[in-house]
Amino acid sequence: MTEHAEPASFAFDAESEAKITKVMAKYPAGKQASAVLPLLDFAQRQMGRVTGSAWVPKVAMDEIARRLEMAPIRVYEVATFYFMFNMAPVGKYHLQLCTTTPCWLRGSDDVVAACRKATGIKGWKETSEDGLFTMTEVECVGACVNAPILQVNDDFFEDMDAESTEKLLAALRRGEYPTPGSVTGRQTSAPEGGATTLTTLNFPAE
Amino acid sequence: MVKVTVDGIDVDVPPGSNVLQACEAAGKEVPRFCYHERLSVAGNCRMCLVEIEKAPPKPFASCAYPVNEGMVVHTDTPMVKKARAGVMEFLLINHPLDCPICDQGGECDLQDQAVGYGRDGSRYTEAKRAVKDKDLGPLVKTVMTRCIQCTRCIRFSAEIAGTPELGATARGESMEVGTYVQMALTSELSGNLIDICPVGALTSKPYAFVARPWELKKTDSVDVLDAVGTNIRVDARGPEVLRILPRLNEDVNEEWLADKSRFSVDGLKRRRLDSVWVKRDGKLVKSGWEDAFEAIDARLKGVAGERIGAIAGDLCDAESMLALKDLMSALGSANTDCRQDGAALDGTRREFYTFNTSIAGIEAADAILLVGCNPRREAPLINARVLKRWRTGGLKVASVGPVADLTYPVEAIGEGPAVLAGLLDGSHPFASVLKAAKHPMVIVGQGALRRADGAAVLASAWKLAETVGALGAEWHGFNVLHTAAARVGGLDLGFLPGAGGKNVAAMMGGGVDVLWLLGTDEIDTTKIGADTFVIYQGHHGDAGAARADVILPGAAYTEKNGTYVNTEGRVQRGQLAIYPPGEAREDWKILRAFSGWLGKPLPYDSIEALRDRLETVNPVFARLDILPRFGCADVAGPAGGEMSPVAFEPAVANYYQTDVISRASPTMAECTATYVAPLKAAAE
Ligand code: SF4
Ligand code: FES
Ligand code: FES
Repeated sequence: MTEHAEPASFAFDAESEAKITKVMAKYPAGKQASAVLPLLDFAQRQMGRVTGSAWVPKVAMDEIARRLEMAPIRVYEVATFYFMFNMAPVGKYHLQLCTTTPCWLRGSDDVVAACRKATGIKGWKETSEDGLFTMTEVECVGACVNAPILQVNDDFFEDMDAESTEKLLAALRRGEYPTPGSVTGRQTSAPEGGATTLTTLNFPAE
Repeated sequence: MVKVTVDGIDVDVPPGSNVLQACEAAGKEVPRFCYHERLSVAGNCRMCLVEIEKAPPKPFASCAYPVNEGMVVHTDTPMVKKARAGVMEFLLINHPLDCPICDQGGECDLQDQAVGYGRDGSRYTEAKRAVKDKDLGPLVKTVMTRCIQCTRCIRFSAEIAGTPELGATARGESMEVGTYVQMALTSELSGNLIDICPVGALTSKPYAFVARPWELKKTDSVDVLDAVGTNIRVDARGPEVLRILPRLNEDVNEEWLADKSRFSVDGLKRRRLDSVWVKRDGKLVKSGWEDAFEAIDARLKGVAGERIGAIAGDLCDAESMLALKDLMSALGSANTDCRQDGAALDGTRREFYTFNTSIAGIEAADAILLVGCNPRREAPLINARVLKRWRTGGLKVASVGPVADLTYPVEAIGEGPAVLAGLLDGSHPFASVLKAAKHPMVIVGQGALRRADGAAVLASAWKLAETVGALGAEWHGFNVLHTAAARVGGLDLGFLPGAGGKNVAAMMGGGVDVLWLLGTDEIDTTKIGADTFVIYQGHHGDAGAARADVILPGAAYTEKNGTYVNTEGRVQRGQLAIYPPGEAREDWKILRAFSGWLGKPLPYDSIEALRDRLETVNPVFARLDILPRFGCADVAGPAGGEMSPVAFEPAVANYYQTDVISRASPTMAECTATYVAPLKAAAE
């Protein structure tokens, strides 16, 4: 376990409880341990919602173990296995930087450098002094067509470069939340600068 | 049976076996790390690779591959050799080269298999990973960089110990085995982790850097710190016992050993009585054997037989108890008792005081009622058997007595004898569970017998066993769980009040003028009459010696050849591993010598002759190691009486300190501070 302050207790709030009821209904009695992943997710989201830092404290894992009648260690194993569960507090904006080969070839180094410059964060898994940002290096997030990718919390910001990164972070700092997706304005993963094929087809009206 | 050919040898193995088992049946050694006969199959170390004909041309992990009819397996092809060497090379990538300072050295699977199956050198020059050590409490030491992630310890703690506290957290390069949160392992079986860990990641904390395995003299013996009769190996160097390990006995302990029995060994060196002491003018003075015998003889002069008594303690061997009983008869006394805790054990029929189902028999049970009994604390290995049975499904367990976590679900149906009445007349719902069961068991603990109405509880429990059909011709479901290794032996040889004889309570408060305590330390010595002359014969300076007028130094169980009868009634022999310290002698010899001094020599001069006498007294002593299974031929029960409504008390308050050896052990004191003290503090 890393060194950080742990909350004294954790209880699911009404919003989480509603989601739990729905999820638990999917599993037959005796198999409720299968719900461990969704419950961890609800706990992390609730922490984000309530405290502004989306992570899973130990007390939350213990509460999940109790509810699902599992040994606590079994919950710890699952939670630590998946990279997307944060086992220590993170900033309000969790900057997840993809540096795997396609992103790297397309300039992820610039994106990383721009993040470091804007936030003052030196290493990985560290949080800026104002508590706004945490930088995490991640492996391919599966959006290589629009590489490089900077994932902020749940959203992908695509086709990033140093300049767009600076702009994005400045906006976040101002409390704005730009629209996720390609920052160059292309439609999903369509070619840059508009369509390059099927441009001459002329379909008759039906 | 399935026919399999391994390296040209045909073998028949039961369906559902794996290829590794087939290879073993053919006498072929297969290297392995993660596979363990008594744990679930993980198949993650890949050391057990073999080649299988007419299967995809790749090596197979034999431990995780089921056999098929006509399968042809090879364990010695170039492909197998190369594949195993490759696996070994990968395992060693992150394993430190610290064998010279590793306690596993000399008994390390990785060391042995690297020599047998590995390459002769390493091609790896990059940095190795390092893992932070974990603090698992006072017993198990960790050097986690050595861990090869076989997960045996994780499976053991979940499946055998029933305390799922170990796990593998994070993944890939960062994966670590541990508890994740800082905590001491709560199992009474944690020492077995040291044995099953194939490398030096989990080793014994108290034994750290003490000795190398090849320096030790190994003696097969039997444990006496509980009544299970665990088969052990005593490892000694020179005049010191350094460690105790389990020995395989499928019917008793399988291959496990409980923590108290393993880690109390440092108590064998402390607070020892190694010289003779005689009280002169109110002060104990170091003396010779003759002075002591003279003092006792002088005090005995003119004392009538009925004013002399003897109490046998919990750790005594049958030989010394018989010698003491014979000495008492020679002195004309029938005041002998081996029930120092006052338990209302009925010695009239053997079935009334033994664990008749047998330990292995638990695996056939389908309903168990615990009466004033906490097997986890009183006999951790019997508890492990119940858990083993429970894991196969369909077992219901209920308990009358203090509520406790036994590692498997237990229905708490009441605190005291009142529930027994309800079970007897069938009004309690668990009565129908017992009745419906094919193989019901009733287990009565010492907590239920150590009370004024103990005889009544015993009788009701027997009656209940009869009512629910537990006393059949093929199945004997009535069981008494003992906590003292000496007890069943004492009852077998009749170390009980003879005709008109006094029991422990009657010998207190001046009931006798001369009292011989043979390792008796669990009685309240303040109750002994002020004028009673007390002879303490034993090996540790504890309660009994503190009250004594004469101290005769005896031998601990590792220092004598002795016969012990476990709670099942299984007769087993312990062997001398080292000699008793200083002036101390084997106990039966002390008694024989004193009888000679008195001029009433006991009729045996050798342990063989004494054992012949044991067999004459009770033929069961001739039946060494074997325990015939039997049903119940006579359902007539022991004599009963009125039960009181008072709730049962736990028989063992602190698992780690129950006798003179464990009380003298610093390791057990540390366990008490770690595990028992916080619970007590929380309760207050
Ligand atoms: S500590 Fe030992 S038993 Fe546990 S996973 Fe590591 S090597 Fe295996
Ligand atoms: S490499 Fe970055 S998204 Fe695939
Ligand atoms: S022993 Fe077969 S994979 Fe480990």
